[in-house]
Amino acid sequence: MKRRAHRDEPLFFERNPKRRGRQGILLPTFDGPSTQPASVLPAEVLLDDRPLWPDISEMDLVTHFHRLSQLNYAVDEGLYPLGSCTMKYNPRINEAVAGLSAFNAAHPLQPDHQVQGVLEVMWELEETLKTITGMPGVTLQPAAGAHGELAGILMIRKALEARGESREIILVPDSAHGTNPATAAFAGFRAVEIPSGPDGTVDLQALDTAMNENVAAVMLTVPNTLGVFEHRIVEIAELVHSRGGFVYMDGANLNAFVGRALPGLMGADAMHINLHKTFSTPHGGGGPGAGPVTVSEALLPYLPVPRVVKTDDGFSMLWSGENSIGSLRGFSGSFLILLRALVYMRGMGGDGLREMSETGVLFANIIRKRLEGAYHLQYDTPTMHEVVFDDSEQVKNGVHNTDIAKRLLDYGFHPPTMSFPLVVHGALMIEPTESFGPEEIDAFCEAMLAIAKEAEETPDLVRAAPHETPVKRIDEVRAARNLKVRFVDEA
Amino acid sequence: MSIPQDLLYTKSHEWVRVEGDSVVIGITHYAQDQLGEVVFVELPVVGNAVEAGEEMGTLESVKAVSEMLAPLSGEVVEANEALEDSPDLVNQSPFDEGWLVKIKGSIEGMDLLDPQSYAALLEAEQH
Repeated sequence: MKRRAHRDEPLFFERNPKRRGRQGILLPTFDGPSTQPASVLPAEVLLDDRPLWPDISEMDLVTHFHRLSQLNYAVDEGLYPLGSCTMKYNPRINEAVAGLSAFNAAHPLQPDHQVQGVLEVMWELEETLKTITGMPGVTLQPAAGAHGELAGILMIRKALEARGESREIILVPDSAHGTNPATAAFAGFRAVEIPSGPDGTVDLQALDTAMNENVAAVMLTVPNTLGVFEHRIVEIAELVHSRGGFVYMDGANLNAFVGRALPGLMGADAMHINLHKTFSTPHGGGGPGAGPVTVSEALLPYLPVPRVVKTDDGFSMLWSGENSIGSLRGFSGSFLILLRALVYMRGMGGDGLREMSETGVLFANIIRKRLEGAYHLQYDTPTMHEVVFDDSEQVKNGVHNTDIAKRLLDYGFHPPTMSFPLVVHGALMIEPTESFGPEEIDAFCEAMLAIAKEAEETPDLVRAAPHETPVKRIDEVRAARNLKVRFVDEA
Repeated sequence: MSIPQDLLYTKSHEWVRVEGDSVVIGITHYAQDQLGEVVFVELPVVGNAVEAGEEMGTLESVKAVSEMLAPLSGEVVEANEALEDSPDLVNQSPFDEGWLVKIKGSIEGMDLLDPQSYAALLEAEQH
């Protein structure tokens, strides 16, 4: 992103093209008994040649990654308006607490009495998530959102088995996150799409028709990926429940209503919560994520293990459960991420979390109001946490959403999510979050308005963007068609 | 946007052409334009049976991965192998070199549009 002069940063392998004699650390010569690999390993695992390693020094390594980091855009630089991703600032106090050795040196196999504080953190996080969702049970195990979806759907499958039923279908709206149908398929179900109505929410008629005795569950995102609240969610849940199905709620967009509405009252049977979205833990390359799942009364018996329980003697780990779906990964989840989320929740407090959501929604609406004259809005239903424009006005001048996104780089902003949700052609999906303050929102709107003007007056300028970045327009088609995932020494 | 007169069309923007006891299938110019540059095509295996309305392959563009739905049931007798190395044929020549698969079966019972009706459908979708 930086405008400063910079030569191209080569690959590791290219930094020392002759690949000679450069090392990180010089080790003393080994003087113990030596063993030839061939004498202890089977022939088929032995290599004929020495593999190609980059011979580089410690300085090469540090400067390489430092330079790469400077070419990048990060939440520490400013607004990162990727729709549906909820890219928030990661408060430093989260890191300070996660850096305490009492937490980061704990081992999952330590006996319970040595790690009471660790167990209490998990228990408290569970209680807080129950309060936020109005749901009676939770698992902290899943590693991220899609993993949480799988946990929820596997619990639903087990609950159906317990009823002696083998339903085969999961209904998914056409505006859903791509992970929803993928989860359904992965858990052994068939995903069937239901169309959105004219206001962008689920078409109740279509749901009524599709909701038969072979449907295990409906997967819904609330608010949906258009940033529109499923205002008939209670009716939807009642319809699904009355025909023996379950309601899976994708909580990716929870940032829109914390402290304002309870998924438990909406009729959700299971819902994952992306701690790395709504609750400020690092995201993307800074992960790992965490996707706890809250469940209704009906799914309580099937919660994964291990999980923390509170007894008269304090906290302990429960490692098995008669009807549990079992473990989804080793031990108890990404503990230090869970901890960061709890620090954030405690720091914000209940009122603070409500204000967080309100501000996120307010900022999305400010952006909508300021940009709706310049960019086309396919659905004019009230906006929650994100707003989805499209490029149909700009396409008249040959400027597509990709061009707008790349031009934003020149203005110093990370682009919004593009071409998703699929129900909006040429989508530009903007989610500001509450993190970055009104000045940043204003500056972003100014940049978007300037680009809309450029698209009319100087479309070629936008089509050739970015101009200010060290790496200019990338040939994405060629990159995707001619994948190079392995370095080949052409020297 | 071009709409060849010698083909029939589905409402989901595929074209079909009868060839003996088989049906050749591709996507229309409009469909490839909506998808964007195609970078990868996954076709069904020759000899396998496909079911009308079910997924038979995928088209991946720089924007998204789209399912390819079989417009009729039958055995796959030929798949366009050229697309493996040159997926861009779907963009460059959607009605000719960019064809996708040939399925043994007939168009009887399929909900097909003639070129005029398909043109009207495109007109309607763009507004």
